[in-house]
Amino acid sequence: MGESLTCDVVVVGAGMTGAACALYAARAGLDVTVVDRGPVAGGTTGAGEGNLLVSDKTPGPELDLALLSLRLWGELAQELGKEIEYDPKGGLVVAGTPRALTSLERLAAGQRAAGVRAEPVPADRLADLEPHLAPDLAGGVHYPQDAQVMPALAAAHLLRASGARLLTGHEVTRVLRTRDGTVYGVRTDRGELHAPAVVNAAGTWGGELAARAGVSLPVLPRRGFVLVTEPLPPRIRRKVYAADYVADVAGDSAALQTSPVVEGTAAGPVLIGASRERVGFDRTLSLPAVRALAAGAIRLFPFLTTVRAIRTYAGFRPYLPDHLPAIGPDPRAPGLLHACGHEGAGIGLAPGTGHLIARALTGHATEPAFAAFRPDRFPDAPHQEDRR
Amino acid sequence: MRTDLAVIGAGPAGLAGALAAHARGVRVTLVDAAPAPGGQFHRQPASGLRAARPQALHHQWRTWTRLHAALAASTVRLLTDHHVWCVERVSDGRADGFVVHALLGPEQERSVELHATALLLATGGYETVLPFPGWTLPGVVTAGGAQAMLKAGLVVPGRTAVVAGTGPLLLPVATALAAAGVSVAAVVESTGPRRLARYGGALAGKLPEAAGYAVRLLRHRVPCLARHTVLRAHGDDRVTGVTVAALDAQGRVRPRTERFLPCHTLAVSHGMLPHTDLATTLGCRLDGTAVAVDDQQRTDVPGVWAAGEATGTGGASLALAEGHLAGRSVAARLHGTPYTPAPAAVAARARLRRAADALHRACTPPAHWTDQVTDGTVVCRCEEVTAGEVREALGLGAGDLRSVKLLTRAGMGWCQGRICGPAVAGLTGCRLTPPRRPFAQPVPLGVLAAQHRHEPRAEPTPPPAEEGPS
Amino acid sequence: MNPLELARARPGPAFTVEFDGRRVPALPGRTVAAVLWEAGVTSWRSTRRGGRPRGVFCGIGVCFDCLVTVNDRPGQRACLVPARPGDVIRTQEGTGHAD
Repeated sequence: MGESLTCDVVVVGAGMTGAACALYAARAGLDVTVVDRGPVAGGTTGAGEGNLLVSDKTPGPELDLALLSLRLWGELAQELGKEIEYDPKGGLVVAGTPRALTSLERLAAGQRAAGVRAEPVPADRLADLEPHLAPDLAGGVHYPQDAQVMPALAAAHLLRASGARLLTGHEVTRVLRTRDGTVYGVRTDRGELHAPAVVNAAGTWGGELAARAGVSLPVLPRRGFVLVTEPLPPRIRRKVYAADYVADVAGDSAALQTSPVVEGTAAGPVLIGASRERVGFDRTLSLPAVRALAAGAIRLFPFLTTVRAIRTYAGFRPYLPDHLPAIGPDPRAPGLLHACGHEGAGIGLAPGTGHLIARALTGHATEPAFAAFRPDRFPDAPHQEDRR
Repeated sequence: MRTDLAVIGAGPAGLAGALAAHARGVRVTLVDAAPAPGGQFHRQPASGLRAARPQALHHQWRTWTRLHAALAASTVRLLTDHHVWCVERVSDGRADGFVVHALLGPEQERSVELHATALLLATGGYETVLPFPGWTLPGVVTAGGAQAMLKAGLVVPGRTAVVAGTGPLLLPVATALAAAGVSVAAVVESTGPRRLARYGGALAGKLPEAAGYAVRLLRHRVPCLARHTVLRAHGDDRVTGVTVAALDAQGRVRPRTERFLPCHTLAVSHGMLPHTDLATTLGCRLDGTAVAVDDQQRTDVPGVWAAGEATGTGGASLALAEGHLAGRSVAARLHGTPYTPAPAAVAARARLRRAADALHRACTPPAHWTDQVTDGTVVCRCEEVTAGEVREALGLGAGDLRSVKLLTRAGMGWCQGRICGPAVAGLTGCRLTPPRRPFAQPVPLGVLAAQHRHEPRAEPTPPPAEEGPS
Repeated sequence: MNPLELARARPGPAFTVEFDGRRVPALPGRTVAAVLWEAGVTSWRSTRRGGRPRGVFCGIGVCFDCLVTVNDRPGQRACLVPARPGDVIRTQEGTGHAD
């Protein structure tokens, strides 16, 4: 037990969400310490593609948070755009069949009503936006607000800009609470940190951290694979993905689901996602998943057939049963705030989340935005079945 | 294709393992990426060159002729030009097994599957080279690379060479280059003669061999500079010379000992690293950077054995002993009979492992090698990431090789960090941990997609709220 | 002494390949890298970021430094790919893929 530090707020998790919480809390005048058992961006942040998307969200609280976050990302890009590889590239959702196109256009109409820019693209204009797209698509919708950052760089540079104290390699073993239940800091494997507020930004491991504070938060991992190709010249300009799923209606399956998401990167490789499986924290390669990704990507961009994949890796999206994050104070443990469970949207939603957390830390937790993300909205039940 | 035992790698360990298992009635398939068996150590001249005296470039020629004859007389199925890019564990309901996926070379546009009950990973190793200014210039090659080009292609990279670094590869490579007509300007070994001698006991088996090299190098008038190091390679579009300097007992460069040696080629080696990609994908435990095995060469994954450099570098004779014992263990397991180790192989393995350990302790790169790596020196050759960028990642919160990679791109390129891993570890103080590389080789997306069609349709995709791209 | 003499090689008849527009002799069995080395060529790739020349480094297919374009197929490892009569070999600029 070497050190014992006192500050205004301890943020647990040096990923994207923790970095954004640290930044906005520090800018609200608070003295912040960020603690992580690993390095910066060591968890889900390092496995993501850095999506800042509105295109994939249906009207509701998550889309509102995405729109707020996109505006904040735009501001952050003014100061850090180059370092974090901010690219307002836009998104293009394409439909393979007329039926899928109808569903996509219905979704887009709803998004427009919620303030999203969503521009229909007829089949014969798709090539103007993406010349290498397959020629037989039914049409699409262009989302010019969609953007991208390099997530690990974004987390690292937001943390640096926050001026917060960064303690990597410190594992929080317990969230400290007084006899009356009030949180007063954390115990780590290398000492205690005392603060009247603790933010749970532990991502996929947010449920475990909540348990170390004595409360339940049913965060579960949902595995996704990404395929990375050899470096290519810039051939795919936007984030391009298929909308066929809009036509499907299915349950909340634990089995493998894939839909092709393809995008180029400034560095050259093309990234191909996105698969989803509920298999706990298992990083074992799933060839069926990456085969489906490859097939889906080639369906959108036939030229990829001869392009080689040089890497594939798994990441774990932290999700909650209703697929919305937990953001805000936990009434069950005064002083504990949660900022986790963003599933696959954590990079995009980070600044909005950080902004809300900073509002809560400065006594503005009564805003309506918090209602949908209440951390205590789930029944207290054991939720260990998906864990490893 | 179906087999009892799939052996990945047809070097000494794989050959010995395949033959031992085959001799005990196991159906064996031996898979290798090269056009012919032998591995790096017994790499043969390309058949089209029709070399009448290939042994002029080889050591332990008799071992090779024995292995080669035994293989030819056996019914071991040999699959050459098969580049294994992935190995899967599968269960068909009755028993667990493995599927080996290999791209057919040299085009590598088609993939085949080999189903096996047991696997022997004899994947070998590759060289470590630590960076120094100028090491990306054409003409700077790994010592093993120069040797491979010479053995298989009967070709040398230039008229004058310097051979540098540390370890047991330097002398044979220098000798072979000299015999092939290259003027070797110097052998530059960072380990001092006394340090080498201190491990003489354990090296006893290697001493006659080393003495032989020394005599031949003397005959070719090759100067050996012990406790020296290459500071930088010079040249614009290719190497034209190197600056070497003496080291003090602490491994620091001694002032005013620098000198320039003109050369067309610099062959460098700082040791070896095991190929562990397939083992990691299968979930085998590693011990440091090598595959962990028990006294029967079994990994901790049932049905998977490993032998040779993959389990820790130790040379061809050790690989033979390990491969042989692995083959016996596989046969015992598949037949349900007791494992009977060959006492001679067990003894040889113990002795050669001790010698290898001693050699590793003696031949470590200079303690302060990172001092010579200027911030402008490229460390990741694929993504052209400099030492300065790598060092800066620490200030951004990197704490392991993965986070350094994420913040700098070092290790994200074609070679997937195989070459820069040791350098990045040394420069940042992070532990050298082999990352997961589920693809042991680049694989065309079309190959993956074609396999997708054979599979049953995945179940219906979920509703939009959770079917976003992220 | 040269390596062919040392190993008493009696290769079949040489053929020619094309490298960056010029004719280069090749012996059967040799890889593209070996053919180019024999012709005195040590670099056949220029890097994406710095445009720096590269050639053989590891010589055994691990480092991917020797990538080259053979018969319009970019990204071939010169140290692994055998040269064949009539091959058109080009220095690989950047990714090797056309924009």
